[in-house]
This record gives sequence, structure tokens and C-alpha cells, in this order.
Amino acid sequence: MRNWLALLLFVPSIVLAAGSNHPLDDVDIDLTDKASLQRGAQTFMNYCLGCHQMQYQRYQQTFTDLGIPDDLGMEYLQFTGEKVSDYITTPMPAVDSAGWFGAPPPDLTLVARVRGTEWLYTYLRTFYADDSKTFGVNNLVFPNVGMPHVLESLQGTPRKVYREKMVDGEMQKTEVFDIEVTGGSLTPEEYDTTIRNLVNFLEYTGEPTRLKSEAIGRGVLIFLVIFFVFAYLLKKEYWRDVK
Amino acid sequence: MMSNMMSWIEQRIPMMRVANQHAIQYPAPRNMNVWYVFGFMATIVLVNQIVTGIWLTMNFEPSAERAFASVEYIMREVDYGWLIRYMHSTGASAFFVVVYLHMFRGMMYGSYQKPRELLWVFGMLIYLALMAEAFMGYVLPWGQMSYWGAQVIVSLFSAIPYIGPDLVQWIQGDYVISGATLNRFFALHVIALPLVIVILVFLHIVALHEVGSNNPDGVNIKHKKGSLPEGEKTQYKIHEYYTEKYDIADDVVPFFPHIVLKDLVAFAVFLFIFSYILFFAPEMDGKFLEHPNFEVANPLKTPQHIFPVWYFTPFYAILKAVPDKLGGVLTMFAAIGFLFALPWFDRGNVRSWRYRSGLHKVNLIVFAIVFIFLGYLGGTPQEAWKITASQIATVMYFGFFILLFIYSKNENTKPVPERIPR
Repeated sequence: MRNWLALLLFVPSIVLAAGSNHPLDDVDIDLTDKASLQRGAQTFMNYCLGCHQMQYQRYQQTFTDLGIPDDLGMEYLQFTGEKVSDYITTPMPAVDSAGWFGAPPPDLTLVARVRGTEWLYTYLRTFYADDSKTFGVNNLVFPNVGMPHVLESLQGTPRKVYREKMVDGEMQKTEVFDIEVTGGSLTPEEYDTTIRNLVNFLEYTGEPTRLKSEAIGRGVLIFLVIFFVFAYLLKKEYWRDVK
Repeated sequence: MMSNMMSWIEQRIPMMRVANQHAIQYPAPRNMNVWYVFGFMATIVLVNQIVTGIWLTMNFEPSAERAFASVEYIMREVDYGWLIRYMHSTGASAFFVVVYLHMFRGMMYGSYQKPRELLWVFGMLIYLALMAEAFMGYVLPWGQMSYWGAQVIVSLFSAIPYIGPDLVQWIQGDYVISGATLNRFFALHVIALPLVIVILVFLHIVALHEVGSNNPDGVNIKHKKGSLPEGEKTQYKIHEYYTEKYDIADDVVPFFPHIVLKDLVAFAVFLFIFSYILFFAPEMDGKFLEHPNFEVANPLKTPQHIFPVWYFTPFYAILKAVPDKLGGVLTMFAAIGFLFALPWFDRGNVRSWRYRSGLHKVNLIVFAIVFIFLGYLGGTPQEAWKITASQIATVMYFGFFILLFIYSKNENTKPVPERIPR
């Protein structure tokens, strides 16, 4: 127990090494864009749900919020569970996945609130081939990640680019943080859009009540402005005689 | 009929007498400014925390297995559960905002000086209880920061010689932070500490009404009986509890409606800011709800950085500034202890900084800046320069009290008016 504090106070640099300083790309998040959310849900259910789950979110709530009729949702988007009211769970047993990947793949319900949308958007677009890794890929924003590049069939195989550069009077190959893609069924622009939709969907599941909250919030703020005016006038009336 | 009933009640319980004595006919200085609204705000936030807290307990499950999931259940499936939860989480931070401003008001206008020393001490006890309450509340959602924050704070007690390790085990109820810890923190958070806080707030107000409210000029409004000519006494109806003992100058207004209406205007402004955060930015960019706390507690995975929530970070920086663990813990508690003893560090007779020396004004402003700077240092990732910076800031934090003790004895003050200036 004593050691915990020492560890936390004096060796933050060790812990820091796990991160990466790769710059994050901006992503246009729009929770009112239902089409984008629906496509994001489609990508999630087809590519992510095999390993990851959303154990705090129900299918039915998702369908309702995204404007998908229950029967269509159950037919095309619900591959696990029996009832539409079930939680979005993965068929992969956590015991097995812990053995396969080193740790069970994290739950993704709240991942956008943990990592932020820019991080997710960049992360899903910066895998690159690395033969030294178990799954043959590494990642620029999450070095040594234990996840395979699941969307490789869409994006193609990304490789790190090396360029010749003069270092100490000699030409050396320097790695450039840029990625060249070969193969893949989508163009780079289409792939970016697919990821944007997926991240948009993850932002929605992180906080399904966001739009409702802002709608109520606007009403509350307008009420408070009116309330302020009357409170101020009443106060002024009573304080008129003082002084 | 109505008045009969009222007097029937009044003879059995003194409702109107208390209302008159403590609100309707309570003498409040007429020059109370905007700094005087934060006590009222703190009361409002306290009520908010209690009411929303009651509703949260209806669906929260205090176990390591279910705590995180039950919070998400509240956020997603309980009708307006998200609203109640955000009111509670935003309220926690709002509580500290108003309490810090309330304390700074007391420091500016010398509201801790004689005869208000106990009033200040009760306030500090509330602050202390509030910190314990907030810490335990933060553990309950059982996210990563809940868990690791608890780990850091609880392990502080292990620095105590001899009994430290056993004490930590006793607090945790286990060899590690676990469901047992969560369970007892839940009990303390929802029953024990709120009860303590409510009782302390009651005593704080009793003490306030006994000694009377201070004001921005630090001028007495109560004068010796018989010392004021009739024309200089207040025209307002003031309760005989006060007028029997003192002459009340016409420097006062009744607490109700005058001060209450002033508070109401401030309340509207406060609620506007509060609602904006609540509805549009409840995470406050990771300050009110920290990002790693949206991931369930995992004893095998340390977060990249561990910080307490923003309101603890000044003390966290002081803790980290001292290279020795026990020394750090003692320094941190001393930082709070010095605040407790503020009425005795200040040996001056002039309350308000309006009539005190330039040195005092500079000292107080520097103290405020140092406190905020410490908060920044404790709430951002550690870097080499920050260790030195937090050591300097820690020395300056204590320097405020030492300097105050030295110069306040023979301070070069301005004459304080007999009456509140018009």
C-alpha cells in the first residue's frame, strides 16, 4: 500500500510512456444526423460487436433514438440477444477473449467519453502494418495496441512511409508519420466518412440523452432570463426606499 | 379563525417567533454586496444535493459489481435519471465554487475576527466535512478515477507511524480498496456526513445570528444600549431580541424581504450558469466528471494520470511538493489547520481590507493567486518544473499566515467610520 503512493507521486514518467503524442484529427460530430448515426450503428454491429459489447445500452433504445423501426432493426442490426429490449452484448466469452488478446476487449458504450471523439477518429484511421506484432498491425495513437485492424477489408493495408533524409551528414531512412494504403474496398474519403459515422454513433451511445438535455436546457435558460428580470425589478422596488 | 389557529400553534411551537427573530426582523447591514450571496447559494446547493441524492439512492446499487452499471442505468433508463445525476455531480462542484468564494469573502472583510471566531471555525468544520463527503461521493460511481483516487487518498493514512497500515486496512474494510470499501463509503456519504453537515450548518447559522452579520466596511451595526439618539436608530421593525440588548443603527435592513430579494436576483444568475453547465457541458471538459471515470474501476490497470477532482487539487499539489510522504501528509493537513486558525493569526482590530494596509491587500490577493496556482499544479500532469513551482507556492501559502501574524499587530490602518458610509 505504501508503495502505491510512492509510485504515483514519483514515477509518473513510467506511466506516461504508455501514451502517444500523435496529433489528433478533428472530426465533425453531429448527433442530429440520423443517417450518419444509423450507418455508424451498422458498422458497429457488423465489425465491432464480434468482440466488443455495449452492455449498458439496449437495442430498442438505440433503434428508437436513431429512428429505426424495431422490426427492421432486429432483422438487419441485431445479431445477439433474443428480444429487442436486450442489452447490446457480444457473443464472445470474456474468458476466451482474455486469453486471445491478453485482456477482454473493453466495453464501448462509453468509450467516446473516456477517449474523446478526436482520439477515436484518429485511432481508427492510424493502424499500420507491423510484422513484429501478434496481429501484424500497430497503431500511431495507441502504440502496441492488442487489437487487430478489423476494418482492413474496408481501408486496405496501411503502411508507414519512410523517406530519405540527411542526418549527421549521412542519408538515412526516417520514418514519417504518414500512412500509405494499398487495397481495400473503400476510397480514403469513403473510409474517413465510415469512421466519422462510427465515431458519431459512439458519441451517441456515450450519452444518449445529449440532445434531450440541450433541448430542455434551452427552455430552462430562457425561463431563467425572464425570472431574472422579474426578480431584479422586485428587488429594485423594495430597495428604492433604502439609501 | 385563522389567527386563532396560528396562536394555538404559536403557544405550542414558536414558529412565528423564530421566523421573526431570524428572518423577517433580523437586522442585516444595508451595504452587503454581491460577495454576501454565497452563503445563501451554499444552502441552496446543499438542499439540491440532499434532494437529488435521495432520488439517486433509489436506483444506485452500492456494490463493486453493480455500482458502475447502476449509474449507467440511472443515466439511460431511469426517467430523467440523467438530469438528477447531473444535478448532483454539477452540484458537487458548484458547492465548492460557492464555498471558496464565501470563504474568500470572509477573508476580505475580516468576518473571522472577534467576535466571529467560532463562526469561522464552524464554517471550516463544514468545509472539512464537505471534503470528506465529496471524496466518498466520488468513489461511488466506481469508475477508474473513483478507484485510483480512493487508493491514493486512503493510502495517505498509511504514512502515520505505527498504526498507519492497520488504520488503512480498518478504513478499507479489506486488504485493498474493494466492494467493502465502496459499501461503507456509501453509508457515510448518504447518512453520516450529510447529517454532520446539516447540524454544522445549523450551528453556523446560530452562531452567525448571535454575533450578527459582518459587512464590507466591517462596521458594527449594533451599538451600546442608549448610545444612539432616536433619529439614528433604524426605522425598520427589528426583533426585540436584538433591540433589547443593543441600539440598532439605521444602517440595517430587515433580512426579509430586502436581503432575500437580493439573494433571489443572485440566485437567478447562479442558476443560469449552473443550468448551462448542467444541460450543455456536465463534464466541464473533464473537470467536474473526469474522462477516465467513464471506465469501470479496474485494479489491474492504472490510469495514465491520477488527479483528484479540481476542488482538492491545491492540497494535492501541497502533498506532492514535499518529498517525504509523512511530511507531505502533515504539510497538507497543516494547510487546512492554518486556515482553521486564521482568526488567531490575524492580530489586527480592523476587519475590512478597505481600511487595512496595502500590504494586507497584496498579501491576500497573492494568497488567492497562489491557491489557484496550486490547484493548477495539482490538477495537471506532473512535470519537473512543477515540483519546484509547487514547493515555492506551498511556502507562499504558509507565508500568507506568517506575514499576517507579523504585520497585523502594528498595522498601518485607516480610520474605520463609526457608521456605514452613505
